[in-house]
Amino acid sequence: MSLFALDVRRSPLARVNPVTKLAATLVMTMTLLLSIDPVSAGVTLALTLVLLPLARLRARQLWLRLWPIVLAAGVGAAATVVYGRVSGEVYLEWGLVRISDGSIALSLSILLRVLAIAVPSVVLFATTDPTDLADGLAQIVRLPARFVLGALAGLRMVGLLVDDWRELSMARRARGVADDGRIRRFLSQAFALFVLAVRRGTKLATAMEARGFGADAPRTWARPSRLSAADGALLLIAVAIAAASVVAAVAAGTWVFVFTL
Amino acid sequence: MSGLDLDIAPGQHVLLLGASGSGKSTLLRGLAGVLGDAEDGEDAGELLINGRAPAAVRGRAGLVLQDPDAQVVLARVGDDVAFACENLGVPADDIWRRVDDALSAVGLDVPREHPTAALSGGQKQRLALAGVLAMRPGLLLLDEPTANLDPEGAALVRDAVIEVAARTGATLIVVEHRVELWADHVHRVVVLGASDRGGGLLADGDAESVFGAHGQALSDAGVWVPGIPVGVDARPRAGVGQVLLAAEGVAVGRRAFGDRMPRIVASGIDARLRAGRALAITGPNGAGKSTFAMTLAGLLPPASGTVRASAELAAGTVRGDAPVRWRARELLTRIGTVFQDPEHQLLTTRVRDELAVGPRALGLSEAEIAARVEPLLERLRLTRLAEVNPFTLSGGEKRRLTVAATLVSRPRVLLLDEPTYGQDARTWRELADLVDEQRAAGAAVAFVSHDPALVAALSDDTLTILPAGEIGEAA
Repeated sequence: MSLFALDVRRSPLARVNPVTKLAATLVMTMTLLLSIDPVSAGVTLALTLVLLPLARLRARQLWLRLWPIVLAAGVGAAATVVYGRVSGEVYLEWGLVRISDGSIALSLSILLRVLAIAVPSVVLFATTDPTDLADGLAQIVRLPARFVLGALAGLRMVGLLVDDWRELSMARRARGVADDGRIRRFLSQAFALFVLAVRRGTKLATAMEARGFGADAPRTWARPSRLSAADGALLLIAVAIAAASVVAAVAAGTWVFVFTL
Repeated sequence: MSGLDLDIAPGQHVLLLGASGSGKSTLLRGLAGVLGDAEDGEDAGELLINGRAPAAVRGRAGLVLQDPDAQVVLARVGDDVAFACENLGVPADDIWRRVDDALSAVGLDVPREHPTAALSGGQKQRLALAGVLAMRPGLLLLDEPTANLDPEGAALVRDAVIEVAARTGATLIVVEHRVELWADHVHRVVVLGASDRGGGLLADGDAESVFGAHGQALSDAGVWVPGIPVGVDARPRAGVGQVLLAAEGVAVGRRAFGDRMPRIVASGIDARLRAGRALAITGPNGAGKSTFAMTLAGLLPPASGTVRASAELAAGTVRGDAPVRWRARELLTRIGTVFQDPEHQLLTTRVRDELAVGPRALGLSEAEIAARVEPLLERLRLTRLAEVNPFTLSGGEKRRLTVAATLVSRPRVLLLDEPTYGQDARTWRELADLVDEQRAAGAAVAFVSHDPALVAALSDDTLTILPAGEIGEAA
């Protein structure tokens, strides 16, 4: 999946079990979902960015995966500044647009929160090989192998569907039907892709069964998924960041439980 | 298929033949225990391996299928081969030894970490074979395992299969249209009768007696019989026709998802397609033959160089002489393309409608459409299937349909990507004859093919595309 995967050969994150990365991401993001204040998100984001160089990822590759989220966060924040709930001093009023202390604060916390959730998630998931994650989920979390491997094989088909889509576009052009309206063409091609996907899935299921998938014998694992000291370290870092964020926010008096809003 | 009685002794190597639609693939799937249940169709009689139902002894039978893309399960080569061993509960230490053995047995010389997505079709087929070999099956079932390979690759896979079967004492059942590749290496040849002629066994015995006694009859039924050449009576050639489409210094490649620049697979290609002549585009797996054909066809822009239509071919178009800039409708009567995978090209739910797509896009009247469609249906033996859903056709029927659906628009230039891939002898003859007819009628033809017989039968010129981008051209 070159769509998502980062080059991790130099990164210490490559030694961490994907299950641990999943757990670390959950610890940090779930904590941030509990409150909606700028301090907790700001601390998480700042600590993540400070620690990021240690992951030794290529900046350009990382940026390619992050920019859509940064852009979306920026657009969301800008909209909140001008349309957000008004409170405190109002700096500008023009039609529906009202910029106030309240809308600026809300906008800032939304921007920080989206980034504080997105950056660690992208870093941890983009350095995870789907096969390794499936191994970990089946062997360490003990999810059913049939389900995990079925999903993994299905995920690989996404790449094929990209090629199928391109092939379908060319075939439609060759058949002389590519001049119609864009939307109509898209819909009919999407349906054709759906048909192809179902057929591919059926064939893949046959191939998997032919290689003993779903047999009654207990399954073995060619790639044992193990936990090591690196896993402990990453989890500790995640818990420390989450704890620091909560403590800082409570100390600053900005912590508000979302449930009490 | 129905009414078939067959006993196969352990260790026997069997070549299973039959015309397209005789149920060879179905029988193999039945033996592999992956035929599904009553929901998927009806069954009658018994199919037993060592006296037990195939589904109960999964892992004893290993199946390699036709479509290389449909068999890759995991993202890395080593993991994919290991998949079957894991499912069968082979201890982890043993698995990697088996994986390395299997990869070297099929001659797939890539590291275990190599991404499966980067393999060519032929390599994927060898990977699928390795995945099955790693199971150390007692029964090897191969469904046209070499149909998608270049001749060298095919011989390599054949040798690997025979060697492994001999070493492990496995029983071997191969379905393959290319009989000459296997005939000298099997103990027994079994020929199934076409289901529309009653099914059952047509012939059964060693290669010599089967082909000796029934050679001509089998050939007529569509089986490739060694020693009985299947050719076409090529029509006369009118000398060097005028150039309709010219490629100069073309580099071809496709853009990977998210990349800005296409990945160049072949470069420095010159080619001229002339009216009334046929150009064969050959070369090993993965050299960029199909990509070049799509570039010629005006479906992909060249990465560098130019593809230009002659003034005559471009006449009536509004966007210049580069086919890639033309509207789809303009392309239709000028350059017709038949894709390697027919399923990508199917647009409708009835065979008859499928043929009418092109004429309709051209704005012909219903009477004109019928006048074009009906004779083609007849010609390609599709009349009795006219109301059927194209997706349910057999491989040979689908191929005939997509060729017909391209010809119905009467393009001046005809491009075909592996037109005879996986076809029986009868369909092969029909397709070759049809292409030659187009050429003789003045069309410029180019076809991508691994099939030396087709190249010999049809082509005036050969363009060989080599992986490193070196080009050999021979008249």
